[in-house]
Amino acid sequence: MTAVEPLRPLAGKRRYTRKQRRLMLIGAAGLVLALSAGLVLFALRDTIVFFYGPTEISEKGVTPGTRMRLGGLVEQGSVVRGPGQRVVFSITDSRTVIKVTYEGLLPDLFREGQGVVTEGVFQGGDQFRADSVLAKHDETYMPREVADTLKKQGHWQPGGAGGSSPPSKPAPQASP
Amino acid sequence: MIVEIGHFALALALGVAVVQSLVPLWGVARHDRALASVGSAAAVTCFLLVALAFAALVTSYVRSDFSVENVVANSHSTQPLIYKLTSVWGNHEGSMLLWVLILTLFGALVALSRRSLPLRLRAGTLAAQGMVTVAFLAFTLLTSNPFRRLVPAPPEGQDLNPILQDLGLAIHPPLLYVGYVGFSITYAFAVAALIDGRIDAVWARAVRPWTLLAWVFLTLGIAMGSYWAYYELGWGGWWFWDPVENASLMPWLAGTALIHSTVVMEKRDALKVWTILLAILTFSLSLLGTFIVRSGVLTSVHSFATDPARGLFILMILVFFVGGSLALFAWRAPLLRQGGLFAPVSREGALVVNNVFIATACATVFIGTLYPLVLEMVTGDKISVGPPFFNATFIPVLVPLLLVLPLGQSLAWKRGDLLGAAQRSLAAFGLGILVALATIAMTWGGPVLAPLGIGLGVFLVAGAAFDLGERISSRASGWPAIWSRAKGLPRSAWGTALAHAGVGLSVIGIAAVAWSTEAIGVLKPGERLTSGRYTVVLESVMPRTGPNFRAEVARFQVFSGNRELKPVEAAKRVYLARNMPTTEAGIRTDGLSQAYVALGEPQDDGGIAVRLYDKPLILLIWIGAIVMSLGGALSLTDRRFRLATPRRVKAQPVAAPQPAE
Repeated sequence: MTAVEPLRPLAGKRRYTRKQRRLMLIGAAGLVLALSAGLVLFALRDTIVFFYGPTEISEKGVTPGTRMRLGGLVEQGSVVRGPGQRVVFSITDSRTVIKVTYEGLLPDLFREGQGVVTEGVFQGGDQFRADSVLAKHDETYMPREVADTLKKQGHWQPGGAGGSSPPSKPAPQASP
Repeated sequence: MIVEIGHFALALALGVAVVQSLVPLWGVARHDRALASVGSAAAVTCFLLVALAFAALVTSYVRSDFSVENVVANSHSTQPLIYKLTSVWGNHEGSMLLWVLILTLFGALVALSRRSLPLRLRAGTLAAQGMVTVAFLAFTLLTSNPFRRLVPAPPEGQDLNPILQDLGLAIHPPLLYVGYVGFSITYAFAVAALIDGRIDAVWARAVRPWTLLAWVFLTLGIAMGSYWAYYELGWGGWWFWDPVENASLMPWLAGTALIHSTVVMEKRDALKVWTILLAILTFSLSLLGTFIVRSGVLTSVHSFATDPARGLFILMILVFFVGGSLALFAWRAPLLRQGGLFAPVSREGALVVNNVFIATACATVFIGTLYPLVLEMVTGDKISVGPPFFNATFIPVLVPLLLVLPLGQSLAWKRGDLLGAAQRSLAAFGLGILVALATIAMTWGGPVLAPLGIGLGVFLVAGAAFDLGERISSRASGWPAIWSRAKGLPRSAWGTALAHAGVGLSVIGIAAVAWSTEAIGVLKPGERLTSGRYTVVLESVMPRTGPNFRAEVARFQVFSGNRELKPVEAAKRVYLARNMPTTEAGIRTDGLSQAYVALGEPQDDGGIAVRLYDKPLILLIWIGAIVMSLGGALSLTDRRFRLATPRRVKAQPVAAPQPAE
């Protein structure tokens, strides 16, 4: 492919040169890629959800009505069940407390004093309405964002309550 | 003692793997046949040593040897034997050992396969496989040694994570690993071809069975994992676009593209460079998956022990093998002889379309999975990219591909006849439209897009069936002739049709998710809850004791309309060793649909929270995956992969039908 091949005229029975065919192929592939890149950019603007800790909500000036993920520790003694399937609990990073309202069944490993990640809509003030509470597979696991949030607020004790297990004891885990 | 033997065998295997990765290349460079053939013996020895190590670990689990740290952390003397066995790979160290075991098994299989491979190709492949083995053996020995002793030995273990004490999860990791790791062989073949500087149809024919094998197992492994998540996690979801799931989906997509591009290479000697690149990328994505899963850099609903040292080590492995092979590719690929030409409208053209779309779909998953990581590194913002992203990107890319799939599979090699193919697909397309219209009429006011999805699925299944029918019956008259043609059709043609039909079945199952319904209620005995077509009546709630857990078991009568189905039991278990609760969903299968009951918290007034789902046609999702892998397995038994001497391409029975005119 060093010499430049002359392009044959397209009249009559159409025979494409190697180069033309390759260009067609690359053009078609490029078109598909461009379209999907457009889709990806569009989706990245509209479908992603930001994660904040309780303190970050006011720090970053999250406006009420924003869809987001909220993570932190479930405050001891804050879980109130009922009426019906309604559950109200508080998520804290030891500095700020956000009250979460959730309608539905909680995952098995939801416990007071444990880390939790919820997704829903920030209502303004200290109110948050969650539509999902993320289940984690195992009781020693701390969601990474929650761990980071707690570290930032200076309340992170590895191996302590709600922390990750000490490195000497491999934490249980799910295989992929 | 057994434990030390296992540890020693593993260390010895590392030494043998070093030999396997260097000596054959040295032999090839020196034109020394004896040295170049060392790889085979080394690969088999390496496998036997790792198998010995694995057996040692299994033995210490079965005997509940609590002087081994790994056993203490993941087993318990009261666990049933089956879960003692599966505990072996229900943890990081053990599953890395399983990973290495499968890696060396594949090496040994290549070494022992009686297929006549050119010596240089076999030597290069085994050497490349040896290098991967060295890396992962070193990783296992240095950062994740499963044979570490604990002094003093505690009297009792900490139990396997209860959620993993399940038959589905017992077989999920081995299946998945055979798939993941199986792609290492295609990678090794690609690296060998690049080193050798030669690539041809012989290469493609040698690689294809391994790709198919890995793909079949990966398909089954993903499906098994998805079904496990569905029934074990108790929230009725079967795919969450979670990073760990995406980690297995990406190699699957790349592997699917690879299967299709090797066909082109084998039959038409084209797409060579692309196929090599794809083989490298597929295993790179497997490695990336391992990194994502083992390092914990991405938050996932799956939880894994995260240890920065391990993450860094795997990252180094990843960089070495991906970077190294891509550099080799950049250096050597231009030397490869260019492949043949082909017309845009032809079977091979259709397979290129397949590759373009699947690679693009894979890229969208890749971006969605890694974007949060990149964004956090750059801006510090934490985001989650969830199902809405993938629904908006992955599905629009895949649907056009599925729409043209039946057309592509009925095109002829070399020069296809688009009009003819369209005519042949017309019946299947019509059937799909009819079913879609009927579904719209039956579910008026319901979801809008789902009936189209059902129609698409029917189009795919019917397209596969009609195409097969066409090949069998065209130019044949009378049943005996048809029978003999059906027998004469290559197994790979049956495999293709089956796999494509499987895709259609899964599409129908996925589309039908739109009609699933959920109801939550608080029930006391005698009370009922209705969701969709199903009604459950709570009969009783009783405590029960298992070998290593306590459970509250609720028994329900199940009705579909007025028809009573068999009763179902749902439970909340508390595993004693870890004081950890799990939900055991009660699932009543009704044809292809399921009624799904999960228990929530007991309420103060004596009732119990119950969640009931109506999941119409949900089983089709996994049945489709099983049919896909059956198709792959059937292709694997194709004559041309079994014969020692490759058949001439032209001697194939007509692989494509004559255009119906």
